Amino acid sequence: MNLANIQNIPPAADYIRILPEIVLSIFGMVIMLLDPLLDEEKSQKTLGMIGLAGTLTALLSTWLMARSPGFAFWNMVRVDGFSVFFHVLVIAITTVLILTSYEYMTVQRIRAGEYYGLILLGAVGMCLMSSAVELVLIFIALEISSISTYILTGFRRRFAISSESSLKYFLLGSFATAFFLYGVALMFGATGSTNVDEISVRLNSAQVPVLAYVAMALMFVGLGFKVAAAPFHIWTPDVYEGAPAPIVGFMSTAPKAAAFAVLLRVVFEANAPGRFWLIWTSAALSMTLGNVGALVQDNIKRLLAYSSIAHAGYMLVAFAATPELGTSAVMFYAASYAAMNVGAFAVVSHFANAGERYVTLEDYAGLGRRAPFLAGALGIFLISLIGIPITGGFFAKFYVFSAALKSNLVGLTIIGVINSALGAYYYLKIIVVMYMRDPREEVPVLPVPLGLGVALVITLAATIYLGVLPGRVLDFAQRSAKQLVHPDTPTSAWPTTDVQIFEHAP
Amino acid sequence: MNSYLDTAILTLVTFIPAAGGLLLLIFPRRDRDIRIFALIVSLLTFGLSLHLVANFHRMQTEFHYQIDRQWISTPNIHYHMGVDGISMWLVLLTTFLTPLCVLISWKSIHERVKEFFILLLILETSLIGVFTSLDLFLFYFFWESTLIPMALLIGIFGHGRKVYAAVKFFLYTMVASVFMLAALLWLYAKVGSFDFVTIQNAIRAGQVEGFATAAPWLFLGFFLAFAVKVPLFPFHTWLPDAHVEAPTAGSVLLAGVLLKMGTYGMLRFNLGLFPDQSRHNAPWIAVLALIGIVYGALVAMVQPNLKKVIAYSSVSHLGFVVLGIFSFTQAGLNGALFVMLAHGVSTGGLFMLAGILYERKHTYEIADMGGLATPMPRYATFFCFIMLASVGLPLLNGFVGEFLVLSGAFQANSWYGVIGATGVIWSACYLLWMYQRVFFGKVTHAENHTLPDLSAREQLALWPTAIAALAMGVAPLLWLNIIDPAIRTALTPFAQLASKVVGQ
Repeated sequence: MNLANIQNIPPAADYIRILPEIVLSIFGMVIMLLDPLLDEEKSQKTLGMIGLAGTLTALLSTWLMARSPGFAFWNMVRVDGFSVFFHVLVIAITTVLILTSYEYMTVQRIRAGEYYGLILLGAVGMCLMSSAVELVLIFIALEISSISTYILTGFRRRFAISSESSLKYFLLGSFATAFFLYGVALMFGATGSTNVDEISVRLNSAQVPVLAYVAMALMFVGLGFKVAAAPFHIWTPDVYEGAPAPIVGFMSTAPKAAAFAVLLRVVFEANAPGRFWLIWTSAALSMTLGNVGALVQDNIKRLLAYSSIAHAGYMLVAFAATPELGTSAVMFYAASYAAMNVGAFAVVSHFANAGERYVTLEDYAGLGRRAPFLAGALGIFLISLIGIPITGGFFAKFYVFSAALKSNLVGLTIIGVINSALGAYYYLKIIVVMYMRDPREEVPVLPVPLGLGVALVITLAATIYLGVLPGRVLDFAQRSAKQLVHPDTPTSAWPTTDVQIFEHAP
Repeated sequence: MNSYLDTAILTLVTFIPAAGGLLLLIFPRRDRDIRIFALIVSLLTFGLSLHLVANFHRMQTEFHYQIDRQWISTPNIHYHMGVDGISMWLVLLTTFLTPLCVLISWKSIHERVKEFFILLLILETSLIGVFTSLDLFLFYFFWESTLIPMALLIGIFGHGRKVYAAVKFFLYTMVASVFMLAALLWLYAKVGSFDFVTIQNAIRAGQVEGFATAAPWLFLGFFLAFAVKVPLFPFHTWLPDAHVEAPTAGSVLLAGVLLKMGTYGMLRFNLGLFPDQSRHNAPWIAVLALIGIVYGALVAMVQPNLKKVIAYSSVSHLGFVVLGIFSFTQAGLNGALFVMLAHGVSTGGLFMLAGILYERKHTYEIADMGGLATPMPRYATFFCFIMLASVGLPLLNGFVGEFLVLSGAFQANSWYGVIGATGVIWSACYLLWMYQRVFFGKVTHAENHTLPDLSAREQLALWPTAIAALAMGVAPLLWLNIIDPAIRTALTPFAQLASKVVGQ
């Protein structure tokens, strides 16, 4: 055994670089251990508070992580602007999820221990997905994230539909991860490495082996499933319908953002070959199938499921664009989509009431009158999902489509714009029902508890902030994108070089 | 002098209504206080907007009261506002009509009063913003944001098939403005700025790459969005539905201001950015406008519903505006703008009158009326006065604008003038006949004997429109003196077509 290897104990800085993951794991395990010690009544509140403390600590530790950019653990983890961005995003979503769940758990009578534990551990996987630059580690992170989401999906144990969705998600999901792993193996065969940067060097230098194309396609299948992109989207409506509503808000944003992060690494940092038509087709299909499917839905959860397929499609449009433009557009999109979708599901989950009885469009009739705050918040989230100015959704679409136009993807942009117009219809339908139909008195609305109120205010503020002053977030995304695409630039989490992406003619 | 106020005034005028609306959000639900507060806010806005007129230098060709700050760096969006002699009057029209809308909705809105006035005030901000923004992105933002409060006003506070009307209105105008967005983005991609003045200069200097091939499409993109809003025949089908089902204040602002967004857009953007394309496309646009004038009038004539008559009369009157704009003559454009203002005042008045009647009878059907002059003499007098203004009786506001438009149209092509002139006759026909059926003769329905006449509040809302209609008819130069130089500037690219100012 080589002496050098033994001496090669990771330095302390390496642990700082995965500090948020460590913090989240510790809190997750503490919750799991405490759960059997507390009685059920108490555990709801206490464990929720611990979970919240965990995410907040993790959020703070992200700051520490960001202060020490660079590689860790033998080049398996890379801390740069990109990974910091997705860490903050995932942990913020988790925080809001815990705030939302706080009261949902009591109403639905769900045992809290495993729930909060799994959420935190799932977040570990998602965080790791965004900073891992080693395909095997990415795979492990993907599995951590996926397995906890499979279980969380089936958490409404008393309902067959929830178990059904969990099983469906699990079976199809494992199948998809297998594809991904297969792709990793073939990529190793084609390039002799599992490190994203090394793969990139190999693929750029020599003639690209056919095997790499196959590997890329297989990996895309696996990740496409995770982000619910067509044609790997079939599971989405069923799973979303059965899963607990706050979890749907979570899984339609956090794991999706993480999977997009991986996709960005694989596609752009590794400069994947032959991706263009693959992504073009998938983007066009996702947008069209998602929006058309959503048009005929009566169940809000199913409707938002189809809408999430469509939004995955919009994000994929950016993947077909040139790397720098595409990456920053996807990052911005992921952030604003998270804000509005988590918020929308927070309202849906509160309104659904015990046993999630009220989830059809009919039930929302007259909500505007009975619960002005809830209806107003949902209205703003929906307006943002349509993509109307001064909401984050507008600039998200704007950046994606202008990135596409700059890359001369006129056809895809036209498909996207037509789809956005189509999408306006079903989101509006909800607003119309909320404000313009007479209320059905038998649908009760519980008063808004503190946790949910805070969650809604955070998501509303984020949605509006991204719509009014998108500059800062976009700036950060653009700088991170530059780093991602040119990994040779000195790794610094807070780059100073100014990237003028949308160049201005004189 | 008071340069600080001059920079801030447009921001104040634009955003005070919305700020008032947001304050209402946390107001206790005491309906009376809410109404009074909304009235104060709208009057304050009107008062401030008078500052615009008072300090206007009519010979200054640049935009007045400009404010230009960077808003978002990527994309390069500025908070750039400013008005000229064209947009200033439209701002004033908006601030003038809103307090009247508050007054007229005083009693008729008695449920969800708070929401109503919040929406009304936010709508006012969006409308003013459309006329004051000089950054195309800002313009687009305000343009789209008029949709939501308007659709909600129709959908929540309207009557009958209100949801259908609201959704139709929303989708119709939203889909059309997507084309404008596409054109905007194209311009931005080539010029690197959303600033109206920058883009205009770049186009005039021929610095925009690929402009010649794209111009026809860009022109159409803008034109389609505006034509639906105007609404120009054959895009008018949303209008009668929206009007009939809208609450009174919604109708007043819809007819009074929202439609003018379309004609203002044509004047500012189609003519301002694409002079060649405008001239090239003028013949078929003028034909559509003429069809609109005649068709709108003929359809108005046979409507059994009071509001539908007024709605179709708008189609007809706005046809005059489009005809005037695409005549490219000084007189025609002066007239077009004057008709926009006059139509805002008189049609706003007519809708208020229709709303007053609806409050009493809960119907707009002309067949249910008849002989109303007997129980409601004051009402009948106001109605007669404002209707005659709308018909275009000399010395009232409708006449001046239509006369100018027709004289401009004659200069452009005598057939335009001939056919357009019939519109004046048609409008006399349908309005007078409607008036006769509603007010003259014996009272045909027994319950109409007891209809109460105008209340003091209703008169308070109607007097300003009547006075404005008279003032604009007697002393049109007060308006035209400011309009004329602005139009002259707008017409510079059409110099060879421009003719003498009418009146000289």
